[in-house]
Amino acid sequence: MEILSFLIPISLILGGIGLAAFVWAIRTKQFDDPAGDANRILTKDWDDHPRP
Amino acid sequence: MSAAPGSQSFDPQEFGTVGAASACPACVAAPSAERLAQMAQPQHARLMFSLPAVHCAACISTVENAVQALPGVQSARVNLTLRRVSVEADADVTAPDLIRVMQGVGYEAHELDPGLLSATETDKQGRDLLMRLGVAFFSMMNVMLLSVAVWSGAEAATRDLFHWISAAIAIPTVIFAGQPFFKSAWAGLKVGRLGMDFPISLALVLASSISLYETIHSGHHAYFDAAVMLSFFLLLGRYLDHRTRAVARSAAEELAALEVPRATVLVEGAEVVRAITEVVAGDLVRVRPGGRMPVDGVVESGTSEVDRSLLTGESLPVFAGPGSSVSAGEVNLTGPLTLRVTAAGKDSSLHRMADLVAVAESARTKYTTLAERAASWYSPLVHLLSFSAFGFWMWKTGGDLRFAINISAAVLIITCPCALGLAVPAVVTSASGRLFRKGLLIKHGTALERLAQVDTVVFDKTGTLTMGAPEATNLADHPRPAVEVAAALAMASSHPLATALAEAARAAGIHPARVEELREVPGYGIEGLWKGQRVRLGRADWCGGEGVAMTATYLCTGEGRARAFTFTDRLRPGAEAAIASLKAQGMALRLISGDSAGAVAALAARVGVADWTAGALPAEKAALVRDLTAAGHRVLMVGDGLNDTAALAGAHVSISPASALDAARTASDIVLLGQDMAPIGDALRISRQATRRIVENFGLSAGYNVIAVPLALVGMATPLAAALAMSLSSITVSLNALRLK
Repeated sequence: MEILSFLIPISLILGGIGLAAFVWAIRTKQFDDPAGDANRILTKDWDDHPRP
Repeated sequence: MSAAPGSQSFDPQEFGTVGAASACPACVAAPSAERLAQMAQPQHARLMFSLPAVHCAACISTVENAVQALPGVQSARVNLTLRRVSVEADADVTAPDLIRVMQGVGYEAHELDPGLLSATETDKQGRDLLMRLGVAFFSMMNVMLLSVAVWSGAEAATRDLFHWISAAIAIPTVIFAGQPFFKSAWAGLKVGRLGMDFPISLALVLASSISLYETIHSGHHAYFDAAVMLSFFLLLGRYLDHRTRAVARSAAEELAALEVPRATVLVEGAEVVRAITEVVAGDLVRVRPGGRMPVDGVVESGTSEVDRSLLTGESLPVFAGPGSSVSAGEVNLTGPLTLRVTAAGKDSSLHRMADLVAVAESARTKYTTLAERAASWYSPLVHLLSFSAFGFWMWKTGGDLRFAINISAAVLIITCPCALGLAVPAVVTSASGRLFRKGLLIKHGTALERLAQVDTVVFDKTGTLTMGAPEATNLADHPRPAVEVAAALAMASSHPLATALAEAARAAGIHPARVEELREVPGYGIEGLWKGQRVRLGRADWCGGEGVAMTATYLCTGEGRARAFTFTDRLRPGAEAAIASLKAQGMALRLISGDSAGAVAALAARVGVADWTAGALPAEKAALVRDLTAAGHRVLMVGDGLNDTAALAGAHVSISPASALDAARTASDIVLLGQDMAPIGDALRISRQATRRIVENFGLSAGYNVIAVPLALVGMATPLAAALAMSLSSITVSLNALRLK
């Protein structure tokens, strides 16, 4: 049963990373324009050089 | 948001004078100077535009690049979800410039008033709920994994360890994610009301504390999983509810924001465009042909005709000359008018009417929804059951507090209105989404339920069943030469009757006669020379003829009597289909209009409404609705004008088209976004179906309770049974909501 002392913290940490990513995504307003973001990835405007 | 602003009566001319496009060419040549200027003058304007046609990845970059290429524009960002673009630009970049640029690359754009788009506040609420939902989901998943181990037989130290870890995850989660319920329960308790949120809060608190107690004493059963699952499902319902409302609110705000309130004021002879709030009584305001009166006033100079159909329902334009008074909201048709302002902004007749509506609206909030009615008997029942179970087991076990509390917590968790909390929002979200795609915007939370109870439909005529756009009817009754002359005269004017006449002549393949010296006399008509004779097309008294009882324009050629060209209002697309569908559903239909009897009778016969009233004043419309309501009918009012607002606000539920005045749209519960009226029939059907689904969902969750509560009462409900009942009932009600067609 010692394996539990590894597995439980690992699963919690992994879940926690997911939660942290979700919180970060909300904080940085990434759910404001889901349709726009889905389409923006297809534009070729900034393929060769980053947006100034 | 596809708020169909295309149907909005939108007039670029109202923006008035156009500023210089490239404000400062030298600045571009000297970038350092430009940067200095930017730093010195940080107050740049933020402009918002609605872009109904934007739909793809290429659209985004086309619009953004075109706008950013304009000098003075700092940034432009398209929001594809809302179909808007927000532009940060210097103060001297004007909205018409940007609209022209966007139209140049093929996108119709309408300016929005950013002040009315208060999206930030609701956004914050939505994000807050989403955050709590996310945290609850994370906890639910982890606690569930640990619980599965306990259910499948973990014992002694392992079980205790799992319970402790669950507690460490679940208790902070319940405290954080349960806050919306705690707050609302506390607010209800303070005014002495037990809503649905009180048993929810009680269940959350009791389940967490009894589980913690059991964990400390290494008990067998802990309900941590039930507590977090409860908060997750209920938050989901809450979030769905919030999103439905946010979508409706933002679309309604967008409709309101489309009318950027501006007026062209004459200051020492020069035209200056000002916000309506800066116009004061006594100012001189100029209104171009085709523009809407921004203020109440008296005509100082100029003659024209005004269309007051939105205010009174009359389809016939009215003459306006020096001395006649006009009200905000009327449309100027032929000649430019200069008005002396008598009342502007908040004092104008339009706003006074809007205030009346606000009073009527507060009466409507008295409607109790199905969910509220269910909660009012469900909530006491839950408490009663839980406490009687507690009392019974205290007596039966001879004072075993721990066991009795365990039972009463189990009862609370099982009966907790998890499915109830999800049952209504899931159905409402699904139904309003469906109606939104059909072009109906549900503005009011309870409108869907009220719509389902309707048995009588009252229609307004002008602007609702008709488009407010005339259509020539008797071209064939006149000799061809007369029509040729009329067509030639009509082509010289932009008056709606003239345009309709010219269009009808063109459609009939009639070539206009050769008429010279064409001259429009604003307020009267058009005159010209035909074969050396003076010919006129316009008002009856100007032409020396006698008026007929219908909407008409008159042609006099000098020989014989004046000829009347009559018009009917063009029917709104889908009006006939909507009326047929309503009839098939067994609704009683009525038509009430402020227009003349002839016009109303003709339209009533055309669409097949037997019961009609003409020449009705706003108060009479409201009285009709009140009388019908008093007679026990549930009235759906469909109207668009200012004269309908009292009736709209007084009806059980009301619908107005997007082209309606702001006041009418505010007064109504549902807005028809497109031009087509056919969705009204569907809306009634869908609303009845949605109400049936809500009731079914109540029945489903009651069914689960009937099975599970006796188990809980006799103390046989394990955490596993609670988790199963909860998730199964939540899933079934969600699936049932999705069955809506």
